[in-house]
Order: sequence, then structure tokens, then C-alpha cells
Amino acid sequence: MLDRDDDILKAAEDWQKAGHGVAIATVIETWGSAPRPAGSSLVVNDEGTFLGSVSGGCVEGAVVTEALDVISSGVPKMLEFGVGDETAWTVGLSCGGTIRVFVEKVG
Amino acid sequence: MKTATLAEINRERAARRPVIVVTDIGNGEQRVVKAADLAGDPLHTELDRHLRMGRSGTVEIDGRELFLNVYAPTAKLVIVGAVHISQALAPLARSLGYDVTVVDPRTAFASPERFPDVPLIAEWPDVALPPLNIDHYTAFVAVTHDPKIDDPALLHAVERDCFYIGALGSRKTHAARAGRLKAQGVSEAGIARIHAPIGLEIGAISPSEIAVAIMAEITAQLRLPKASAA
Repeated sequence: MLDRDDDILKAAEDWQKAGHGVAIATVIETWGSAPRPAGSSLVVNDEGTFLGSVSGGCVEGAVVTEALDVISSGVPKMLEFGVGDETAWTVGLSCGGTIRVFVEKVG
Repeated sequence: MKTATLAEINRERAARRPVIVVTDIGNGEQRVVKAADLAGDPLHTELDRHLRMGRSGTVEIDGRELFLNVYAPTAKLVIVGAVHISQALAPLARSLGYDVTVVDPRTAFASPERFPDVPLIAEWPDVALPPLNIDHYTAFVAVTHDPKIDDPALLHAVERDCFYIGALGSRKTHAARAGRLKAQGVSEAGIARIHAPIGLEIGAISPSEIAVAIMAEITAQLRLPKASAA
């Protein structure tokens, strides 16, 4: 269905049980025409494997990089992506929206 | 997120019980609110609103920014009666995100030609319904117009606490049905939970329009606060 996520939180639990470091990135706020609503999330393990989506593909690469950092440091991060900020020329949302993504380690 | 929190979220989701995770954005602190504990929670109003809408979002409480992440089960729609209305209702409900199942023991009605891509069970309600695990996140409609099929189906729906129960039939037909269900032990409160005549009053005539009226009434029941739900 249109508004359904795959069961990525189950995958996160399974990864952790298998001994992986795991982080969860969640869209907590959106402005303008953001591709994925608040609550959308992706999960990342310490090998860089990820499932889910926070932006439909625009900023996933950057989120995974930050998530690997969160997995090693254990310190949560708040990320903001959008056209108009200093990261716009590297990664940004082509639709012109802005999203705030909370990245936290599991455990 | 604590390992135990993740496990708890997954447990509740597997059991099709809604859960809300409240995260303090300032310090990363988290707590899990289960549906059963919602009424007594200090954030009751905000949590209830977000849960009904199935929408996550941030709220500011006493200068703290809190993120409410809502995990609501996918709503199911069980249609008893593979009739003309159901042929319009099933695809409409699917487009709204419901998991749809159609039940009708009459194999001529419950045929794949009439219901492409919809799970069909050509069995009587006493056989078909128990394995469907009908629950509070299920909307239930009985539209065969045949008491032999509709009555036992409605009994099951009332027992399983569906968030919406609707039955086809005029006020007179429904009064007779209420009498039969009462004789079978359904309480007044149980009878009152059955919406009949089914659907919002929008002057619906055709099967497709009746399907719209039914989905409108189901949506109102799912999304509006309890006091003002239709």
C-alpha cells in the first residue's frame, strides 16, 4: 500500500541480535514539499547496509555516513537537509523541501 | 534507542497494538506509550490526536521539543457478502490502505472473476472469520442482506471489538436484526455499535456511491475524536 513501511525495525532488532552496531534515522519534521512524512525512518548497520527511506533517495547516502558515525560514537545527531542551506550543493532535496532527521544508536 | 525499547515496539507491532514513542529531542530521552496506557498519560490529548490521525510529529511541551512517533497497525476491512456493493467497496478500501478480505459462503458470489486481486473466502462466517484475527483495528461490514450469513458474522464482529461495524438494511430490517441478536445474548451496547443503515447519509444510490458512504463512515470512526464520531 501507498503509506506502508517495510518492517525495518524488525530488521534492526535482528541485526543487533546478530552482533551488529545499529542506528535508526527518523524524519522528525518536514517543511515544504518533503518526499517522506515525519515518522519515516531508515535503519543502518555497521557494515553500511541500510533499509527504509527518509527522503525517497535524495539524502540517504549522507544519512548513512552520519549514521555510521553515530554507531561508533554512540552520540545521537540531528541532521537538516534542504535547498538553501550550506549542504544544498552536495546533497539536497530537489523538490525544495526541508527535512530534519534524528539519528540515534540502538543499545 | 535502548535495545529493550526497540524490542518492545516490535512486540506491540507484531500483536497489532498501536504504540507511540515519545523522544525528547533536547536530550534523546525516550519512553514508549502503549495504547492501554494512553488514557492515563500526561500527554493524553496530543497522543490521542496523533494516534487517531496515524501521524507522527513534534510538539512543544513546557519549552521542550518532543517527537511523537506513531506506530499504528494497518487497518483491516472484512466484508461479509460478495455482493455488488462489495465489488466497489473492496478496491476503494484498498486504495485507502486497508487490508481487505471478502467472505461469502455462496461460491457464485465469491468468484475471482467478480473480485480480482482481493482475498476471497467462500466459507460460512463460523469457519471463515476466526482465522482472520479480527481486532480493534478492523472495520467490519455485513452486506449480504441474508440473516443466516450476516447475523453470525455480526456476533463475531461485536465480540472482537471492531472499531467499526456496519450492516446493510433499512431501519425496520435493522430493528428485526437487533431483536434476533439480543435473543442471542448481544447487549444493548453491542447492538448500538452496529451502524445500520450502513454508511454516511450522502444520498448514495449506486453501489459505488454506497461504497463511498461506507468508507466515509469508517474514516470518520477511525479519525475523529470518539465523542463526535459518526
